Amino acid sequence: MNELLRRLFFLPEQGSTFATRVDALHFAMLLTTLGVGTGLGLTGLVFLVRYRRRASAEPTPHLIAPVWLEAVFVSVPLALFLLWFALGFRQYVWVESPPPDAMDVYVTAKQWMWKFAYPGGPSAIDTLVVPAGRPVRLLITSRDVIHSFFVPDFRFKRDAVPGRYTEIWFEAPRPGRHQVLCAEYCGLDHSQMRGEVVVLSPADFEAWRASRREGVPVAGESMAERGEHVAASQGCLQCHSVTGVPHIGPTWWGLYGRVEPLVGGGKVLADEAYLTESMMDPLAKVVAGYPPVMPSYHGRLSAGDAGALVEFIKSLRPPRPGPPVAEEPVYVPTGR
Amino acid sequence: MSPPVAEPGALPPDNYLSEGRTLWSWLTTRDHKRIGVMFLMLTLGFFFLGGVFALALRIELLTPGRTIMGHLAYNRSFTLHGVIMVWLFMIPAIPSAFGNFLVPLMIGARDVAFPRLNLASVYLFLLGASVALWGMIQGGADTGWTFYTPYSTTTGTAVLPVLLGVFIIGFSTILTGLNFIATVHLLRAPGLTWMRLPLFVWAIYGTSIIQVLATPVLGMVLLLVALERVVGAGIFDPARGGDPILFQHLFWFYSHPAVYIMVLPSMGVISEAVCAFSRKNAFSYRMIVYSTMGIAFVGFFTWGHHMFTSGESTFGAGAFGVMSMLVAIFTAIKIFSWLGTLYRGSIALEAPLFYVLGFMFFLFSGGMIGVAYATTSLNLHWHDTYSVVAHFHFIMVGATLMAFLAGLHYWFPKMFGRTYPGALANAAAVLVVFGFIATFVPQFLLGNAGMPRRYADYPPRFQSLHVASTAGASLLAFGFLSIAGYLAWSLRHGALAGDNPWGSLGFEWQSQSPPPTRNFDVTPVHATGPHQYAPGEPRHAA
Repeated sequence: MNELLRRLFFLPEQGSTFATRVDALHFAMLLTTLGVGTGLGLTGLVFLVRYRRRASAEPTPHLIAPVWLEAVFVSVPLALFLLWFALGFRQYVWVESPPPDAMDVYVTAKQWMWKFAYPGGPSAIDTLVVPAGRPVRLLITSRDVIHSFFVPDFRFKRDAVPGRYTEIWFEAPRPGRHQVLCAEYCGLDHSQMRGEVVVLSPADFEAWRASRREGVPVAGESMAERGEHVAASQGCLQCHSVTGVPHIGPTWWGLYGRVEPLVGGGKVLADEAYLTESMMDPLAKVVAGYPPVMPSYHGRLSAGDAGALVEFIKSLRPPRPGPPVAEEPVYVPTGR
Repeated sequence: MSPPVAEPGALPPDNYLSEGRTLWSWLTTRDHKRIGVMFLMLTLGFFFLGGVFALALRIELLTPGRTIMGHLAYNRSFTLHGVIMVWLFMIPAIPSAFGNFLVPLMIGARDVAFPRLNLASVYLFLLGASVALWGMIQGGADTGWTFYTPYSTTTGTAVLPVLLGVFIIGFSTILTGLNFIATVHLLRAPGLTWMRLPLFVWAIYGTSIIQVLATPVLGMVLLLVALERVVGAGIFDPARGGDPILFQHLFWFYSHPAVYIMVLPSMGVISEAVCAFSRKNAFSYRMIVYSTMGIAFVGFFTWGHHMFTSGESTFGAGAFGVMSMLVAIFTAIKIFSWLGTLYRGSIALEAPLFYVLGFMFFLFSGGMIGVAYATTSLNLHWHDTYSVVAHFHFIMVGATLMAFLAGLHYWFPKMFGRTYPGALANAAAVLVVFGFIATFVPQFLLGNAGMPRRYADYPPRFQSLHVASTAGASLLAFGFLSIAGYLAWSLRHGALAGDNPWGSLGFEWQSQSPPPTRNFDVTPVHATGPHQYAPGEPRHAA
């Protein structure tokens, strides 16, 4: 029944314990509305047919509603509405009150990406990895304008407001993947500000966390392959294509070794030094024809990751020799 | 009233339209009817402009990725669509156009209380609209019609002219509201007690109170945003100790009541039309009056339901949720009274009645979704998705449009002395109602599926519903264009209507159609309320 109604109303998968709860209320209200609406519609239709005008100046009775009927039409909907409110508000209080054993994740929104940081590390861009069956409390803020962290499968969203933290919690019962969307209009690429919640089994989660914390590549991975994973997890590919199509930023296909014209005149050779500089200080030399919107990754890419990214970009055409230039920035998570 | 001797095939010679045929006579008029007609033409023009943007948006959303415009153009287009439709069409459409034309006629007055101020409100509206449209030519704002800070204070687009334009239009609204309040208090004909007032006049009166009390808050908050942009005042900027959420409180303190500025006059139109086309008195006049004033009052205490996801306190969310439920009750009472009016009536299936039925459908369905949002927990999923877009297009736009079209078809003979081709009008009404349903029901489902609003691009799984919605929108556009066609034709070539083609006992029909500039030769005296089709004492329905 639940599954049938969910599909009937185009609701997405129920990815959190909260989703299952609210959907029950949702179905109850929608079915009541459809029922009452059909009743009203049929009443109106009967009136239209039965009392349709047959002659131009037909007499009609002078009727007014008796008080008891008015009272019924006020009190029955009011009682129903207040009942729904009582049920709904209980759920609202529940989702506003994180259990004390919840795992904290800091969510920082900025135009147009999500950053997820775990106290004690690690952090990730656009991908939130959580264990199944464990409450997770999100502490959400923004670095520029207002965004809203929305996971349709979880049936909630919470605004990311600059200058303050908002919070909400969820528990995903099963491993799976759930899309994150930005729901508060935030400018040019609002519709591209997407991410993903990856729910892992508790054991997989611990393994993932350990590997991220140490920052060592998975065994057997080449630098370029690792760079490809870094590009995906850091959200690079939301603005840079690898296919030769220009997007918000220049394409990476054939970028290495190309001579690019700059905003304000001048040219630059896209070599390792320029690529790394563009990651750490992207507005210093912007390629002509692109908006100056790329955020700095200074402090967010480890040296290894930056190097891997350069290698990945180089791999998108016949490779050339030359070691990656790297610094050693370290991410310091915000303490609570 | 002695009917003037009319030549066959001509309007009565002494009507307000023949008072002067020059442009100058229109630009300097203080006649409430001419001012109403000017507002009608202006708002219709802006409705067309806003509709063009709407269609452009729908075409862009046919495919994920780029269809006809990039992200920036899309963001500007939905902002202009919203700003034009809200401030240049829906807020003035019924009060300023039909209200100006009809309120003095309905209360038996020769004009509104302040005819010069009334003309000033036209010019303020024009000035504000010009400033806003000038901003559009400058490229247009990309903030959405809600101007949320800090985006609106930091974006590089032409926000300032749009803010200023809306600020100026606010004064036009305030003047119109003041004028109606004074008119209803001071200029009622003998015997026209408060409880005999036509329900449209009550609706306009309630609306005017909201306009006068709420619009200054909008002016203030727009000015603060402008100050923030120009001199960096820091009121909404957290980096300087400001609070971006404060903007939302101030904005919705106006903009939630503004929903009732749009919906209350619509309800007034429906209350009139449902009586006229079923030849019955209002089933529960008293409840409609109380609920109108109730909406005007409680509407001021629900603004926080726009902010359930913003980190609002749990207690605040609960309080605003309960208050929103109360507003819904007032609407439910009205639907009850309208349905009751149809009961044992003599129902004429004319175009206005089709729009009345469409209105009730949109108000009920959109309203019930609103009730669902007010449960707070369900709002967390639907907030800022297409569900909300569909909800306010049903309850605010759908309702206003249905009432506007019902009023336009009901009062067209009153305003211009001619009728329109009835069968064509009925067909267009059915087309518009179904076009509206076809456009926005897919959007409710998109919202359920989790499609956020204001997305220039979307994940491909949403495409089929977007295509369905765009198909509905093209039906709707076709419906509107056909209405424009036959009404424009009827202005000159429509059959002569006579003074009261509907046989309506609404008070506005006691004067000649189109009315003379002085409205009445003899001031009418009222012994009963409007729409008393059956003489004698009322009976309670069994």
